[in-house]
Amino acid sequence: MSFQEHEKLHIEKNVKRELTTTESQILAAEWSEHCSYKSSKQHLKMLPTTGPNVIVEKGYDSGVLDVGDGYVVTVHIESHNHPSAVEPFGGAATGVGGVIRDILSAGTRPIALFDGLRFGNIETDSHARWLFKNAVAGIADYGNCLGIPTIGGEVEFDECYKNYALVDVAAVGFGKKSKLIKNHANIDDLVILIGGSTGRDGVGGSQFASDALEGEDRSAVQIPDPFIEKLIIEAILECRDQNCINAMKDLGGGGLSCAISETAESLGIGIELDVKNVHLRESDLAPEEIMISESQERMLVIASPDNLSKINSICDKFRIQCSVLGKVKEDKMMHVKNGNETIALLPADFVARGPLISREKSKPKYLSNLPVAPESQNNLSLTDVLLKLLSSPNIASKHWVYRQYDHEVGIRTVIKPGYDSSVLRLDNGKSLSVKIDGNPKHCYLNPRQGAIGCFEEACRNVVCTGATPIGMVDHLQFGNPEDPEIFWTFMESIEGITDFAKSLNIPCVGGKVSFYNETNDGPIKPTPLIGVLGLIDSSPLHPNPPSENDVILLIGETKDELGGSEYYEYIHNFVGGTAPSVDVSNSKKNMDSVLSLISENLVKTAHDCSKGGLAIAISELCIFGKVGCHVNLNKVSTLSTEKILFSESHSRYVLVIEKSKLDSVKNILSEKNCSFSELGIFTSDQIIFESDSNPVLELIVDKAENNYLNSLGKIIQNG
Amino acid sequence: MKVGVIVFPGSNCDRDMHHVLTDVFDLNAEFFWHEKNLPENIDAVVLPGGFSYGDRLRAGVIAAHSPIISDVKKLAEKGIPVLGVCNGFQILVESGLLPGVLLKNESLNFMCEWTNLIVKNNKTPFTNKLELNQKIPIPIANGEGRYFVDDKTLEQLEKNNQIVFSYENKVNGSVSQIAGVCNSDGNVVGMMPHPERAAEKEINQIDHKPSSLIFESLVETVGMKK
Repeated sequence: MSFQEHEKLHIEKNVKRELTTTESQILAAEWSEHCSYKSSKQHLKMLPTTGPNVIVEKGYDSGVLDVGDGYVVTVHIESHNHPSAVEPFGGAATGVGGVIRDILSAGTRPIALFDGLRFGNIETDSHARWLFKNAVAGIADYGNCLGIPTIGGEVEFDECYKNYALVDVAAVGFGKKSKLIKNHANIDDLVILIGGSTGRDGVGGSQFASDALEGEDRSAVQIPDPFIEKLIIEAILECRDQNCINAMKDLGGGGLSCAISETAESLGIGIELDVKNVHLRESDLAPEEIMISESQERMLVIASPDNLSKINSICDKFRIQCSVLGKVKEDKMMHVKNGNETIALLPADFVARGPLISREKSKPKYLSNLPVAPESQNNLSLTDVLLKLLSSPNIASKHWVYRQYDHEVGIRTVIKPGYDSSVLRLDNGKSLSVKIDGNPKHCYLNPRQGAIGCFEEACRNVVCTGATPIGMVDHLQFGNPEDPEIFWTFMESIEGITDFAKSLNIPCVGGKVSFYNETNDGPIKPTPLIGVLGLIDSSPLHPNPPSENDVILLIGETKDELGGSEYYEYIHNFVGGTAPSVDVSNSKKNMDSVLSLISENLVKTAHDCSKGGLAIAISELCIFGKVGCHVNLNKVSTLSTEKILFSESHSRYVLVIEKSKLDSVKNILSEKNCSFSELGIFTSDQIIFESDSNPVLELIVDKAENNYLNSLGKIIQNG
Repeated sequence: MKVGVIVFPGSNCDRDMHHVLTDVFDLNAEFFWHEKNLPENIDAVVLPGGFSYGDRLRAGVIAAHSPIISDVKKLAEKGIPVLGVCNGFQILVESGLLPGVLLKNESLNFMCEWTNLIVKNNKTPFTNKLELNQKIPIPIANGEGRYFVDDKTLEQLEKNNQIVFSYENKVNGSVSQIAGVCNSDGNVVGMMPHPERAAEKEINQIDHKPSSLIFESLVETVGMKK
């Protein structure tokens, strides 16, 4: 722990005395990149955060969206990358735990989880397989035990994550608007710690996460206990129902230091507490360790003294511990005592608002030297290319993953994992469609357009279920921000996301920034992850399997954009070329057109066209319907066959249309001036793509299905 | 008339079960915390799924020693219908109300997927409206769902008609593909799959009617509604 020069000056200027040991530790935790956002905070302000559905309240750790009829949905996203790279089971599990408590702290019940997982090459690297298997097991163990369904997410593999792991978890909550916690505090209110005991696990976790991963500091990794978390959820919700809680905050990064200073700062109050009151897991913890321990499953509650007996009896019922640490004061100070001795006394806003840093940025040199197209030609036939792509771990079915997650509990999961977007039914008869998307391969080649693409892809996915996007969360993951080239990629991403969010009027309701994601071979590729929430007024469009003679309609334009595609990277091992860009006006038009068709009940199934391009999107529909297809590629564009098949251009949807409805569909699309092409029909038992009246690719659906469904499981079986 | 839904620390299908009993089948259901007593005038008892006590030691074993279990035993002896689903089945087995044990799945993984059940006994309070050998599309979601009994007990179960449901396909390595059993009187039934997740059309796109019949059987048994 050491402060940087400008931080030392900031301390000298404001404190005017030597810091105590505890104060130093508190500031080091709270001013870490992880907690203070010192490199990013000033730039995150550019994101649009208001909209018709957004409810803003001070001190919320999650975004709150009004979904009508007196109900709200809450959402938050976090990552647990460093811990998961060291101890994947515990790291991933505690990542789930943390984000759930953010949902809980608004007074809503967590109803769904989503994970974005990224690892190195699992086909060749047994360590990557070990990380992958154990991260999945950790998420399953935690989420299943809590009874919160894990209903979606994505898994991706790329050499840039070698010996590393990105574990992102998003959680969605649901509740009555009237029961939201309206964070407030009165003088002499009690400051109460509810839940698990405080131990040495996770001491210094935030600083650990704010540095490149060099050693394997296992003591900085927290230990998961989902059973305690489940009891806390039920106890807190019971306290909420009995109106016992004035304000609430989860203990996450920075532990008590962060929770106390940020609560005091956001409510404009002082908090005085005695570390001797904290219930401990081990008796010999030093006071400063108590203040920065990141032991899991703990909540900070501010309550009126009159409600203490109710809170105590609820905690007794669930057999969880509850300690009164101290009380609310008027002086806006964070005052930490050890018995009678004062060990830290600092203004809360001074602690909570760490000094920010202006980082340099410069365009990375590699971007000017990217090769244009691969030198080697296909050694494989297009049929073999398609077969190989279907078994690529990035494309193959993730059934092996999501069958380990209880995705049914809560009986809200109307559209299950494995389709474009999962959908939950809400108590007011509406449906919520949620998807998270990332694409580091695109983002590496074009950080701005890559980030916009992730955003658009998540929107397309929810649109395919008939949902209108109402909010988004972003998680921006990059290498060391002190490197101007990395910081440039961060700025490009956030500017792109901001532009797109403003154009589509989709507010950003939460997010997170994670820097210092570095491996032994260098920084990870820029990995922004976007989660989009869409609302449907009634039931969603269910993915219906296509059948014989249904028409295949492609919405949107296919462009010369093979850069960062699975075709270039997985088949040709080639990194370069032009990555896809989003044309905002077409994006809006296509989204709007697809939603109109769905609302008119003209679409049998809508499928997003993304990784693997058109060839994969249509093959997935054939596998789903156990039916072949006959597709004329000349209808798509005049580009070369490989570009038409595998380009990952955005704003495209493959629609399955019953023949009887085709004319109505075409009329609406023409009225809307939306670009579309009728590619062919589903028929027979073979996937056939033809060009200039000659078949260029022929594949039996059964064979495609076998590769698509079983590849991931087979790789895992290799140990 | 009243159905008691027992809640243990870590139960997590309790609210789902309550929703289906009340909102879908119009029964009068009430939660009972595991430290409370069950009133004597209760008409049926349901032990829902979840992870009671975090599955520590062995799934269901700690909950089987909860104070409320002695009341459940008394009611079961009186012939009151008792249903245990998933963790509820594990608890019934651990408390001795049902024979056998539930072991880790053959895959050693948690498994959440849809499967088909076959009705083997349609004389219980939870299956009397189903046909013998009727198929029920239904999801499972467990890590310890592999039913095991020794050969001698299996013979007895078969002889006494105590096998209530079996899986259509090999799912998890259960003996005789058993998915659910009952006690010798037939009033206590345990099953690993989740009927409460399959009894509504919105949630079950395949066919929600067979699972509905499990609840309708209960309605038939306890006679009247609210």
